[in-house]
Amino acid sequence: MIIGIWEVISKLGFFPTFMFPPLIIPNEPGGVTVIGTLISSIISGQIVTATATTLTRLLVGFSIAIVLGLTFGFLIARYKWVDDTLGFFVTALQSIPSIVWFPLAIVWFGLGNTAILFIVAIGATWTMTVNSSAGFKNVPSLYLNAAKTLGSSGAHLVRTVVIPASIPHIISGLRVAWAFAWRAIMAGELLGSTGGLGYLLDLGRSIQAMDLVLSIMIVIGIIGTIIDNQVFLRMERAVARRYGQTV
Amino acid sequence: MKVELKDVHKEFKKGDGQKLHVLDDINFNIEEGEFVSLLGPSGCGKSTILKLIAGLDKATSGDVRVNGEQVTKPGTDRIVVFQEGGLFPWMTVKQNVTYGLNLKKMSKAEVEEKAVEGLQMVHLGNFADAYPHELSGGMKQRVAIARALVMDPEVLLMDEPFAALDEQTRLVLHKELQNIWRKTGNTILFITHNIREALTLSDRVLLMSTRPGKIKESFTVRAARPRDPADSVIVDLEKRVMTELEIEMEKVLKEEFGDDYSLKTDHLRSGDHRDMGSNI
Repeated sequence: MIIGIWEVISKLGFFPTFMFPPLIIPNEPGGVTVIGTLISSIISGQIVTATATTLTRLLVGFSIAIVLGLTFGFLIARYKWVDDTLGFFVTALQSIPSIVWFPLAIVWFGLGNTAILFIVAIGATWTMTVNSSAGFKNVPSLYLNAAKTLGSSGAHLVRTVVIPASIPHIISGLRVAWAFAWRAIMAGELLGSTGGLGYLLDLGRSIQAMDLVLSIMIVIGIIGTIIDNQVFLRMERAVARRYGQTV
Repeated sequence: MKVELKDVHKEFKKGDGQKLHVLDDINFNIEEGEFVSLLGPSGCGKSTILKLIAGLDKATSGDVRVNGEQVTKPGTDRIVVFQEGGLFPWMTVKQNVTYGLNLKKMSKAEVEEKAVEGLQMVHLGNFADAYPHELSGGMKQRVAIARALVMDPEVLLMDEPFAALDEQTRLVLHKELQNIWRKTGNTILFITHNIREALTLSDRVLLMSTRPGKIKESFTVRAARPRDPADSVIVDLEKRVMTELEIEMEKVLKEEFGDDYSLKTDHLRSGDHRDMGSNI
């Protein structure tokens, strides 16, 4: 339906073809279509390389965010004074869109990979922190008491009870943090980088090839949905089932 | 003496800085192998007593001793079965049961053997690999009991373990608990607000009064085992305990609804006074 309307608008000729390219059927013989560009740029490897670059950056930045988030979260839950200082600060930091950090990142790390990684990590870290500290704080005292009377304490208690009991919180934290990281990397790559889907978008803009821009948008949408639905939603459901919660 | 409480007081600090006197001058002993119930209305502090013995809470003053040693922290000689079971949902039944055993210095084979033995004791041998959420409420409580029993505790502390179960399941578990106790000879402190439950299971019932919590009276149940709830000794005791408990309940209700409230005013006798004197 939406595709049909798009095609009609494109063919009515209100806008030049480069601004409003058709999706499937070319407007003139041999003309551009979004699907055509998508397929040819996948075959030529342009989009594939860009996707690989973006996902690698994302994975590295996201991993840093998870490690930092879990560490901060644990410290906040464990020590009252960390909660009073860092805990409060994190709430404020969380409300800053990560792209706002970009000027700072460019000055600190130069325009390049490190700057991108920095804003991806910083975009996801705070959400991860908030969620994991909530998870660690809300471990039911029933479990803690049961484990203590059975002889557990210290690191063993953390490993066998505190962490498993917070898994549901941590997983939903991962999912939200992922969404933040995904948005952050697009913004970052668009503003300044070489390689990656965001860069390709910017390239498409500068050569006025909206067919390229639209096909990249499709790729971004598909990747985002797949990871959210296939990875995180499944993980969330599997954990919920295992823990006997209703989804 | 297995468990000894001497002049135990407990106060909680409330949010507004006031103190709430929960336990007042608690004195009682539990002998080796004895099954004792603490009975009282909700909020009388019976669970607090259990927590003190378990080492999960500290008394404001007084002495709590198990096997002659002062209780300062939780220990594997005192295992608690909680009302909600407290099974870890991320572990299988077997992992739950072996949780405490793995912390003891035991060989794998020994742990395995104990776990199997424990699960068979509660008739759940076939559910070793199930997760807690796949079990019914009664089965969960059995796993919790097995998890406690395999630790060979000096004292088994049971905090209203059957309160959340339906009547039929509870009756079955009463029977099973009595069998287990006969076999193992454990010392058990059982917390409940159910008079019949207390009388059917225990050698001795300690009745608590409320606000502040005190031991009001001690009833020794001299009925034959295995117990039959219809036993005349139990029926008779039930009446006596009920009378005492009603006084306590009225005290609580008066506090909640005001002084003019009486538990018995709603009763109308349907006998000779029915005609309200119209026959004069």
